[in-house]
Amino acid sequence: MSWDAIFPQISTGSGFWSPLVWSGAILIILLIAIGIRRLGRKDYKEKTGQTQVFLSGNPEYEKEQMHVKASNMYWGFMESMKWLYKYLNKMHTGVASDYILWFIVVLAVLFILIGVM
Amino acid sequence: MNIYEILLTNSPALIVAIPLLGAFLTPLISRINGKLRNLFAISVLGLTGFFIFWLAANIFIGKETFSYVFGGVETSTVIRIIFEVDALSIFMAIIAIILAFVGTVYSWAFMKDNTGLDKYYTLILLMTTGMLGMVLTGDMFNFFVFLEITSISSCALIAFRTNQGFAIDAGFKYIVISAIGALFVLFAIALLYSQYNALNMAVLANAIKYDFVDKIALVLLVGALAMKAGIVPMHMWLPDAYGRAPAPISLILVGVTQASLYGVLRVVFTVYGGISEILKVNAYLSLGTIVVILAIATMLVGVIMALKQFDFKRMIAYAAVAEIGFMILAIGTGLYLVGVGSLGADMAFKGGVFHIINDALDIGLLFLVAGSVYYATKETSLDKMGGLARNMKYTTIFFIIGLLAVAGMPPMNGFASKLIIYESIYQASPLLSIVAILSSIMLLAVFVKVFHSAFLGPAIPKFKNVKEAPKSMLLAMLLIACLIIFFGLFPDFIINNIVEPATNVLTGGVLS
Amino acid sequence: MTLPFALNIPYIAVALLILLGLYAVIFKRNLIKIVIGITLIESGVNMFLITLGYRKGSIAPIYTSSPGGIMALPVPQALTLTSIVIGVAVLALMLSLVIHLYRHYNTLDVRKIGGGKE
Repeated sequence: MSWDAIFPQISTGSGFWSPLVWSGAILIILLIAIGIRRLGRKDYKEKTGQTQVFLSGNPEYEKEQMHVKASNMYWGFMESMKWLYKYLNKMHTGVASDYILWFIVVLAVLFILIGVM
Repeated sequence: MNIYEILLTNSPALIVAIPLLGAFLTPLISRINGKLRNLFAISVLGLTGFFIFWLAANIFIGKETFSYVFGGVETSTVIRIIFEVDALSIFMAIIAIILAFVGTVYSWAFMKDNTGLDKYYTLILLMTTGMLGMVLTGDMFNFFVFLEITSISSCALIAFRTNQGFAIDAGFKYIVISAIGALFVLFAIALLYSQYNALNMAVLANAIKYDFVDKIALVLLVGALAMKAGIVPMHMWLPDAYGRAPAPISLILVGVTQASLYGVLRVVFTVYGGISEILKVNAYLSLGTIVVILAIATMLVGVIMALKQFDFKRMIAYAAVAEIGFMILAIGTGLYLVGVGSLGADMAFKGGVFHIINDALDIGLLFLVAGSVYYATKETSLDKMGGLARNMKYTTIFFIIGLLAVAGMPPMNGFASKLIIYESIYQASPLLSIVAILSSIMLLAVFVKVFHSAFLGPAIPKFKNVKEAPKSMLLAMLLIACLIIFFGLFPDFIINNIVEPATNVLTGGVLS
Repeated sequence: MTLPFALNIPYIAVALLILLGLYAVIFKRNLIKIVIGITLIESGVNMFLITLGYRKGSIAPIYTSSPGGIMALPVPQALTLTSIVIGVAVLALMLSLVIHLYRHYNTLDVRKIGGGKE
């Protein structure tokens, strides 16, 4: 049996991809990772200072208050791209007539590019 | 001729007729019992699916095209409508029937508490008829009629929850966009009819001469159908319509937008595929460049707006816009490469067509997960959710599968098609590959945000008693997840047998 | 031989109807005016379909007891009938949605209804 019969592959224009070979490799790597983790120490005491969270000396609040909400998650990205979001928010107004205005603009641009060139 | 031959030669008509008959029988059966009506709708769609898969097996293995003539064949005056089923049509029909079947199975438990369910199942069967008619027909005016059938029934289904004002607003925006788009399609069909006295796509393909009126018709057709497919900057109805409809309807709407994308492909490659070589090179170069520019705008606007949302289904809708950008990018690059004359166009078309079915399955699974989260918690805003993975284990597993597939991670099917797209658009320009990989990574960022804020985290006291989703919803999600994993582990089987005949239809008139 | 200019008037009327309809959809704020604009576009496209079937000096294409001579093309008239029926269905759907919207929001201004949420 040839290699292609057991492990089929697709060939893109400049390479190939064989998912079964990849899955086998990931499985072997996972087994090695589990083996390395089992070499760890098991003699630690629960609920003392050995298992508490360290937040650079800040106090730890209740679990429900520490959960980062969805709107605040990518705060750094949103703040630095505020100029882009201001322009995009003005584009997405939500009014039905503006959608047709964009359609006519695209039709005009397409007509100039295809009809004339 | 035995019974199998008779059924096979009549199957293009049966595929459209069975859901239509089922749609008209559903209100009558619904008077008897509610469960009987659900079973009837599922069995009608199952029977249609059987005919589609049988016809698909014959087309993909036998490599022939089926045609069915409505009307007289031997009369002197020829007035007839021809259904022409080749590999690309049956490929889109397979996508449509899988989405409709899974959506109906999912609706059994999801819509159980709503009233007016007889109208709901009738409209789903009508929408399936419209979708299947749009992809199987070979006649331009028939395409317009089925387009209108689909848009009217989809609008009624989007605005199904009439107790919520914003759902009706989404339905109104959808019908305004659909009506104006379809009217411009009719205008272009009238222009073509006036020039060549023919409505059949094959007759038009032989007769088109690509002078000024034909260019106007091409611009109108591509523009109006692209608006219905959700390409920037005409995409703004998509988040409203997908985000405020019930979850199984968002699933079937993905099939409707992809049928409109099929309309663009049909017009550009089959109807306008028979023009002479010099004109074709010019036309494909300019058309390819425009499509690539629109595709890059679609991908970038889709992911950047998706990062900002905090409503679950609206975020998935913006991700769907970005995925349509991927498909258009591959096809536009293929057009440009055909115009330039290089040989990499075949691989680009294969990537684009393979991505159509992958995107339908991935975004569909994500919409179903959003629906089951809404069913359990009655919340749509991500700011108020948290820690759902403790109680809803299976939903979390399906969400992880959908996340990996949409972001293009191995071994899911998203990686196989996106790899082909990345490597084939590198031939046109390396900058396009960079933008495509960047938007894939940002899609991963979008869904990791959803995963953290909805499923991980501490248990919120309000959600301590949420139960897992009912069995029919889990079964529907399991069906799509199995298809995703199967397409991901055996992509060569899919590409050689299903995608390659469909791509040969696109390039048959181009790279002969 | 050049056709008299009077034969071009239906095409000019079609262009005016479609442009008026587009103006009403894009620039008017009342929901019912947007619906009327869509109906105007539909009327323009239907008229375009019928005008295409006219041949010079032809009569209506009815077989029974016709006085003879060339007839106008019947196929565009069949297409127009289908399009009118579809237009009636879309109009009924849009107007019922407008009634529901007025009941929920108490206003018919499209900028207040659509632009409220994000």
